[in-house]
Amino acid sequence: MNAVTEPLRPATASPVAAGAVADRLFKGVTLLMALSVFVLIVLIGYELAHQSTLALRKFGWHFLTSSDWDPVSEQFGALPFIFGTLVSSGIALCIAVPLSIATAVFLTEIAPYWLRQILTIFIELLAAVPSVILGLWGVFVMVPWLREHLFPWLRGTLGFLPLFTGPIYGVSMLAGGIIIAIMVLPIITSVSREILRSVPNLQREAAYALGATKWEVTRIAVLSYAKRGLFGAIILGLGRALGETMAVTMVIGNRPQIVASLFAPGYTLASVIANEFTEATSDVYLNSLFEIGLVLLGVTVLVNALAQLLLKAFAGLSNQTQR
Amino acid sequence: MEQTHHRRRKALNACMQGFTCLCAFLVVAPLCLVFYHVLKSGIGSLNWAFFTQLPKPVGEMGGGMANAIVGTFELLGLAALLGVPVGVLGGIFLSEYGSVRLNWAIRLGADVLNGVPSIIWGMVVYALVVVPLKRFSALAGGIVLGTIMIPLIMRTTEEVLRLVPNGYREAALALGIPQWRTVLQIVVRTALKGIVTGVLLALARVAGETAPLLFTAFGNRYWNHHLSDPIAALPLQIFNYAISPYEDWHRQAWAGALVLLFFVAAVNVGVRVLTRDKFAQSR
Repeated sequence: MNAVTEPLRPATASPVAAGAVADRLFKGVTLLMALSVFVLIVLIGYELAHQSTLALRKFGWHFLTSSDWDPVSEQFGALPFIFGTLVSSGIALCIAVPLSIATAVFLTEIAPYWLRQILTIFIELLAAVPSVILGLWGVFVMVPWLREHLFPWLRGTLGFLPLFTGPIYGVSMLAGGIIIAIMVLPIITSVSREILRSVPNLQREAAYALGATKWEVTRIAVLSYAKRGLFGAIILGLGRALGETMAVTMVIGNRPQIVASLFAPGYTLASVIANEFTEATSDVYLNSLFEIGLVLLGVTVLVNALAQLLLKAFAGLSNQTQR
Repeated sequence: MEQTHHRRRKALNACMQGFTCLCAFLVVAPLCLVFYHVLKSGIGSLNWAFFTQLPKPVGEMGGGMANAIVGTFELLGLAALLGVPVGVLGGIFLSEYGSVRLNWAIRLGADVLNGVPSIIWGMVVYALVVVPLKRFSALAGGIVLGTIMIPLIMRTTEEVLRLVPNGYREAALALGIPQWRTVLQIVVRTALKGIVTGVLLALARVAGETAPLLFTAFGNRYWNHHLSDPIAALPLQIFNYAISPYEDWHRQAWAGALVLLFFVAAVNVGVRVLTRDKFAQSR
């Protein structure tokens, strides 16, 4: 009996067993690759913190509140860069948010279909333009135009505000803000467009049935329904704005100072890393730049996580309603 | 009374529609301006020498960016070696395996990673690769671009795999095909075009990355002969020439920008045309 059954068993069992092993192996490999996401997150945080030990020890919290940036006497403080990053991103959002949400409304509610497709392709192309090319255009085309036309006009009409006073160089905080605005426009627009598209049609139909005009439908039924998602889109744009590097570095003027005038040159967290990292001569200097990276990472991760949570919450909401 | 109220509402409606239309064109305007200026300033400097010669020393006219063009493709190749397998396999896990909660966390992690400024990747790879090897290298440049690609490809792969109908998986499993072969030979093959699209878009995205290359690949005025030597890249060269004080270098920067922009735009538009064909067939 045994002699008969024994050779049979391996013959039938082994392919199944081999399949099970291969199955487990394949699943394990894909799991490992997926988990690399967490490995990378931990790795970035650890490496930046580790590399900035010297600066963390030497300056402590003072690093965030001091505005000295003096490589010669090895005094480093990040405040002018934090200020520059916040102000340039703030300018960018002031310009980009109304424009991109209005564009998203145009693309989902108003434009004829053929125009929607063309504009969508254009907007995705704008998102694909490399930062360095936008910077090149900024330096040689936009900045001279700002210096000759827009800035003098702004000083003439709004000069009573401290924001628009002082000498005009061209390269400036405002130029940096405008270039960042151009970079985040396509992101906010395309995410907002997705959000408006996911608003259930029942919402619109209900408002139309009450006799609302197209704009009233958009305002009452679409925008107010989507406001949490749109907020997520804006925060996502903020995350991108904070981390923009090349184009900003080329047009912002790169001077670490805190002044009210938007015509004055500024400096951002990302730009100072790009400009000074390969020139950092002392360990403390290099460590301070790593700490700047750590600050930038902390802020962008928080902002992005918030944006993703808002967007995911909105996606859940609109799925529920559609069901 | 009723009449004027009605008229005011209609007027507001027209106003707001016009306003959104105006905004849409304002958003598209920078794109047109950038394309126009890059084309106008770059086309005159594009010649045979630009594609075949090394950069000339300061003061000498002419020369080209042959090393930077080749260097960019070399870096993209290295990046793909790292980014494509990790990204695609991770995407497969997200779509085919795992639990709701774990995958939610991985997805959130990937989305957060996508938002990490690229210059930070440059610093991390500098600390992990450049410092131990004691030199800037093509390898470090490839690693940094590859790492940036991982979360991008993971998310696009997952999304296209989830479009494959469950019936395909069930049919294959019912025939006794092991799950790993079902995934690779049925699910992945069905969605292959979408995966390739995602990979190409990710490559086009990192092809223009400059910041992370500043202190990894570093740039090189000559040919790169070894992976452990610094390597030139098109975006780096454009940046260095743009901030230089020399007129002739500015001219070359525009030409480089034209080549890079053409490549990026061609991939983006090409991919779109390909996917549209697919939709046309399925309709």
